[in-house]
Amino acid sequence: MSFYMELVDMKVLTANRLDDGAVVYIGKAAPWVEDLASALVAVDAGAEGQLTETAAAAVKARRVVGAYLMPVTVEDGRILPASVRERIRAAGPSNRPDLGKQALAPALPR
Amino acid sequence: MYRYDEFDQQAVDERVAQFRGQVGRRLKGELTEDQFKPLRLMNGLYLQLHAYMLRVAIPYGTLSPRQMHMLAHIARKYDKGYGHFTTRQNIQYNWPRLVDTPDILADLATVEMHGIQTSGNCIRNVTSDPFAGVAAGEVEDPRPWCEIIRQWSTFHPEFSYLPRKFKIAVTGSEHDRAAIKLHDIGIRVVRNAEGETGFEFWVGGGMGRTPIIAKKIKDFVPKADLLDYATACLRVYNELGRRDNIYKARIKILVHEMGLEKYSALVDAEFARSRGTVKLPDAEIARIQAYFAPPAYEALPATSTGFEAHKFEDKGFRAFVRTNVHAHKVPGYAIVSVSLKAPGIAPGDASADQMDAVADIAERYSLDELRVTHEQNLVLPNVKLDDLYTVWQQLSAAGLASANIGLISDIICCPGLDYCDLANARSISIADELQQRFADLERQYAIGNLKIKMSGCINACGHHHVGHIGILGVDKHGKEFYQLQLGGSGAEDASIGQVTGTGFPPERIVGAVETVIGTYLSLRHGDAETFLDCYRRVGLAPFKAALYEAR
Ligand code: HEM
Ligand code: SF4
Repeated sequence: MSFYMELVDMKVLTANRLDDGAVVYIGKAAPWVEDLASALVAVDAGAEGQLTETAAAAVKARRVVGAYLMPVTVEDGRILPASVRERIRAAGPSNRPDLGKQALAPALPR
Repeated sequence: MYRYDEFDQQAVDERVAQFRGQVGRRLKGELTEDQFKPLRLMNGLYLQLHAYMLRVAIPYGTLSPRQMHMLAHIARKYDKGYGHFTTRQNIQYNWPRLVDTPDILADLATVEMHGIQTSGNCIRNVTSDPFAGVAAGEVEDPRPWCEIIRQWSTFHPEFSYLPRKFKIAVTGSEHDRAAIKLHDIGIRVVRNAEGETGFEFWVGGGMGRTPIIAKKIKDFVPKADLLDYATACLRVYNELGRRDNIYKARIKILVHEMGLEKYSALVDAEFARSRGTVKLPDAEIARIQAYFAPPAYEALPATSTGFEAHKFEDKGFRAFVRTNVHAHKVPGYAIVSVSLKAPGIAPGDASADQMDAVADIAERYSLDELRVTHEQNLVLPNVKLDDLYTVWQQLSAAGLASANIGLISDIICCPGLDYCDLANARSISIADELQQRFADLERQYAIGNLKIKMSGCINACGHHHVGHIGILGVDKHGKEFYQLQLGGSGAEDASIGQVTGTGFPPERIVGAVETVIGTYLSLRHGDAETFLDCYRRVGLAPFKAALYEAR
C-alpha cells in the first residue's frame, strides 16, 4: 500500500437496484453501473457529499434502495472493496463462480 | 396431506393480489422503502447481499410432488436454477427480481404455497418432525396439530405484532427430530396413564445471541385445550415481553428473567380466565386428522429378498442403506433420507432438476409425499423395501444419493457471508473444506454420529449452539474468524455447546475440528461411544488442551 493510499479515504457509493435488487455503483460515466471497475471513487469529503446527494436523489426517484458509501482501495488501477462482504457483493457468492457478476467478468481476488 | 379449503385458498389468493398492488405502488413511487419493507417481509421477501431473497414456507415440512415441481419451476423461471432448504423447513430463493415476485407468489398459490409467516414478529411457520406419521414408535402424527396451529395462528390479529418472532415446533416422538427445546414453544404429543393423548408444553427455548433450552411448563395439556393454553402462553408474553430492546424481546428472555414459576402462574391464571374461548371440538380435530390419514399401504412382508440381495451385492447401495434408510412403522416400507450435502454443494442447496427428480421419485415410489428436515435434507417417507434399490439408482442419477446422513459431512450451514446481509463470515466455504477433509467414508464411519452446525453470525440460523461441534463466524478487525463450540445437542437431550476459547482464522478452523476429532477418537470408550457421549463424560478440558497447547 502506498503512502498516498494510507492518507486518503477512498469510497464508492453502492446500492441495490429497486426493480431487480442487483448490486450497483455510482459510475464514472453513468449514474449506476453494475461493474465495480467502472465506479467513481471519491477521494475527499466534497466528492463523497456529491455521491451521497446523487444517491439520495436516485432513492427518491425509485431507482435504487439501501444506498451507502463503502471504503475501497485502488491497487494498480483496480478498485478493491476494503471488506470481504463488499468483495463478495461485487463478485457473487464465493462458492458459485458461475453466479453473480463474477460469472461475466473475472472474479475479484479475495 | 392437508388440502386448502375455500377459505385458505381465498386468503392466499387475496394476499397475492394485495402484494401485486403493493409492488406496483412501490415501483410507481407511491410507497417509500420504509413503507414497503414491512409489507414485503410479510410475504417473505428480503433484500440480501446480491439481490432480493424470497422465503417460501413449507408448513411442517410436508410437500407433495406437485408442490416440489412448482418449487423447481420457480427456481428455473424466476431464479438461477436452484433453491436453498433451510433449518426452518423453508426454501429460500436468492435471486428473484422484485418485479417478478407477484407472479412467483401467484404461481405458488396454485399449489397452496406462499411466504406468509416466514418473517416478522408473528407466529412463524410451524415446524415438525420430518418423520411425522411414519416413524416407528410415534405416539401420534403431530401434523394435524401443526395444521390446527397454522390455521389458528395465520393472520391472528392479537399475535401479529408480538414483541419478536415466535416459533412453534411439534413432535409426536420421544426422539426429537424437530428441536422442540430450541423453540419459543415446543410441543410433544404424549399419552397419559388413561391412554388419552395430549401435549407436553415447553417454553422459552431459542438460539440467537442468548441460547436457552426451553423449560417444561406443562406435562399434559388435554387436546381440547391446545389453543386455549397456547393463547394463554402467548398472551402473557405479548403483554410482558420486552419491546424496548430487540435482543431481549424473545419469550426466552421473559421466562428466564421472571422465572418459570412466575410465568407459569400468570399463564395458568390467564388460562383459567379464558379457557373455552378458542374451541377445538372433537369433530374439527377429526376433520383435520382425516387429511393426514395414512396412505394406502400394501400388506407386505417385513423383509424383502430383493432388497437383501442388492444390499449384499452392491457396496454403494449398502453404504446408502446404512445411513440413509430408517425404520418405518409399516412392515415392508422404509423412510429414505435424501442428503443435500454432496461435496462441493452448499448444504441445503438443490437444483431445479434435482427438485424435479426427487418429486418424480416421490410420486412413483413414496406414495406422493416428501418432507423437508431442519437438518437441510429431504425425506421420502414411504418407500417399499422392494423399491429401495431403484430409488437409490434414480437418486444417484440425480446426484442425490450422498450416503452421509448423521455423519460428519452431513453439515448444517446457513448461507453466511456468501449471501446474507447480516453475516460476519462465510460458512459455506468452511463446510466445503470440512467435507473435503473428511471425505473418506470409512473415516466418517469410524468417527460415527456427529453433527457439525455452523452459522455466519450470532443469529444462529445454522444452529451452531446445538451442534455436537458448532462453528460460529465472527468478524475480527474486519477479517473472518471462527469460534468453536463443543457438546451441543438439539435433540431430546438438548444442550448448548461450550466455546472452546479463542477463535481460529479461516485457514485453521478445519484443522481445529480435526484436532477435536482426533482427541475424541483417542479418548472414547470403544467405538460405540459417540462424540457427544464422550464429550459429556470427559468435558471440555482435554479438547481445550489439545486445541491450544501447541500454539
Ligand atoms: C437470509 C436472511 C436471513 C436473515 C435476515 C435471518 C435473520 C435471523 C435473525 C435476526 C435471527 C435471530 C433471531 C433472534 O435471536 O431473535 C435468526 C434466527 C434464526 N434463523 Fe435466520 N435469517 C436468515 C436466513 C436464515 C436461514 C437461511 C436459515 C436456515 C438455514 C435460518 C434459520 C434460522 C433459525 C433456525 C434461527 C434461530 C431461531 C431462534 O433463535 O430461536 N435463517 N435469523
Ligand atoms: S446466522 Fe447470521 S449469517 Fe447465517 S443466515 Fe443467519 S443471519 Fe445470516
